[in-house]
Amino acid sequence: MMAERITAEYVRAEQAQVEQTETGQMRQLYNFAFFDEGSKREIRRAVLKAIAIPGYQVPFASREMPIGRGWGTGGLQLTLALIGSDDVLKVIDQGHDGSVNAVSIKKLVVATTGVRVTESSSEATLIQSRHRIPEVPLSREQVLVLQVPTPEPLREIEAHEQVTRRLHAEADYTGAWLGLFEQITRFGSTTTSADHPVLVNGRYVMAPSPIPRFDNHKLHQAKNLTLFGAGREKKIYAVPPYTDVQSLDFEDYPFIVEDFAGISCRACGADSVYFDELIDADSGEVYYQCNDTNYCLTRQEQTL
Amino acid sequence: MSEQPFTGTLRLVFANAMSEQPVLTVSRLSSSFGSTCDYCKNSKAQLDRNVCPVCGTIHALREVSIEVFSGEILGIVGESGSGKSTLMRCICFDQRASAGSVTTELVDQGKTNLLECSAQQKRAIRNTLFGMVYQNPWLGLRMDFSAISNIAEQMIASGNRNVKEMRERSLYLLDKVNIPLRRAGDAPREFSGGMQQRVQIAKALSNNPPILLLDEVTTGLDLSVQATVLDLILSLRRDLNVSMIVVSHDLAVIRMLADRTSVMLDGKIIEHGLTDQIMEDPQHPYTQQLVHSLL
Repeated sequence: MMAERITAEYVRAEQAQVEQTETGQMRQLYNFAFFDEGSKREIRRAVLKAIAIPGYQVPFASREMPIGRGWGTGGLQLTLALIGSDDVLKVIDQGHDGSVNAVSIKKLVVATTGVRVTESSSEATLIQSRHRIPEVPLSREQVLVLQVPTPEPLREIEAHEQVTRRLHAEADYTGAWLGLFEQITRFGSTTTSADHPVLVNGRYVMAPSPIPRFDNHKLHQAKNLTLFGAGREKKIYAVPPYTDVQSLDFEDYPFIVEDFAGISCRACGADSVYFDELIDADSGEVYYQCNDTNYCLTRQEQTL
Repeated sequence: MSEQPFTGTLRLVFANAMSEQPVLTVSRLSSSFGSTCDYCKNSKAQLDRNVCPVCGTIHALREVSIEVFSGEILGIVGESGSGKSTLMRCICFDQRASAGSVTTELVDQGKTNLLECSAQQKRAIRNTLFGMVYQNPWLGLRMDFSAISNIAEQMIASGNRNVKEMRERSLYLLDKVNIPLRRAGDAPREFSGGMQQRVQIAKALSNNPPILLLDEVTTGLDLSVQATVLDLILSLRRDLNVSMIVVSHDLAVIRMLADRTSVMLDGKIIEHGLTDQIMEDPQHPYTQQLVHSLL
């Protein structure tokens, strides 16, 4: 399927060039999905390596993008390198389909590919997300792309890339546990609100990107492929389907997720999901709403 | 070079009666920086201090051999640049040695040269067998992490995943090295030099290592703090029967701590014997000068 996709893109790319020469005008025509084919291939190669070594950070030549580094360029590069004309794209920013960052990325991808976009988590074939994994479990046919600001889980402990690479090679993850131990010493519990380090396939400790702890278990034995792209740090890594992903913890301080006991969504009534805490401007009352907007809206439609 | 397991004190005679084999054996350890030539490959070659006059290679260590027995404190003295710290760094794998072997009866009955182990094995050995205390606490501690975490790091590294257990052990050790427990959660950055040094010692002791390497632990500390640290070292030996290598350029420290002493000069051990012997009847001109300049 991948091969067919690549062939189709080559044909499209050639057509685009032909069109340019025939009209003879200075019209700006981009290659399909913005990147030249060589760039896409380099990124795909990194992706294949990342899938082959779950949790291992594969360096890649992060491209200059029309959005600033740190605004999702890693995720965008993965999306552009993987997307085909028959894909259906969904972009989420902190659970929202409609926030500025998500909309801008969607616009760029659509302008250079013409693919169909959706807000439905189950309908999309490719989902690019920042800080959340959708509430609806993803299927084998879907690919989740997460944007990563800091791919190195040991960076806080060790500033030098050369050293952290060696620590990964030798599977010395003392530093990751030490960070959690220090939090417990200072605050009585681990204080990672997001980006809680995980052990992938029993080998590499990985930063799951700033998803809330609530989402960590969604990576474990997930049916879908999850790809992580860090544009500024020039790293790609992956959790292939059906891979063990364990959050780091201690025997007497087990990993716990955010506690939403007794809380339900004001809009759709859902519980056991990740919530936004909001304050009613008029009454000053605190209320909760699903963070995943698509999940919430779907439920609201069903109940109507 | 004659090795003398007998160390002079009654308790140690008892300890040694149980094990006649040295705990740690360093044999013909060399560390050189440069290309080395036919001239300086010969260990008998006359060098310009520790520099080869032909090829300019610096020989930081030249075929150094030492043995440490159970519960014994071995002192190493020598002037600045004589190779004391290099020796320590080579033993605990901080620095790569050019040649020679380090063996311990605790690993493979002393048949394995530790220097040839894989990086993972070296780390495991370092975390469980050796406790290293650096002259500069900044090398041995994470200054921004709490004292407790610093001590726990060693335990985490050797596979402990129980917070309560590690915390209790850390507090016990901090108490043992006379750090007020209310400071346990503070970062060593906020500690005085003497306290930092004591946290380092507590950290080095966290896994009950049978061998402790102390590199100039009292240098730069004021006399009263120095006395506390020395007291601590002696009590550790008494209570835990830890073997130690103590490096110092301060003969008074060596005289107080060490059972046997090796004197280093220009990367070589030039004299070796019971500490009393070295102090009372130094043979080598350099040792004589060293002892006579003792105030």
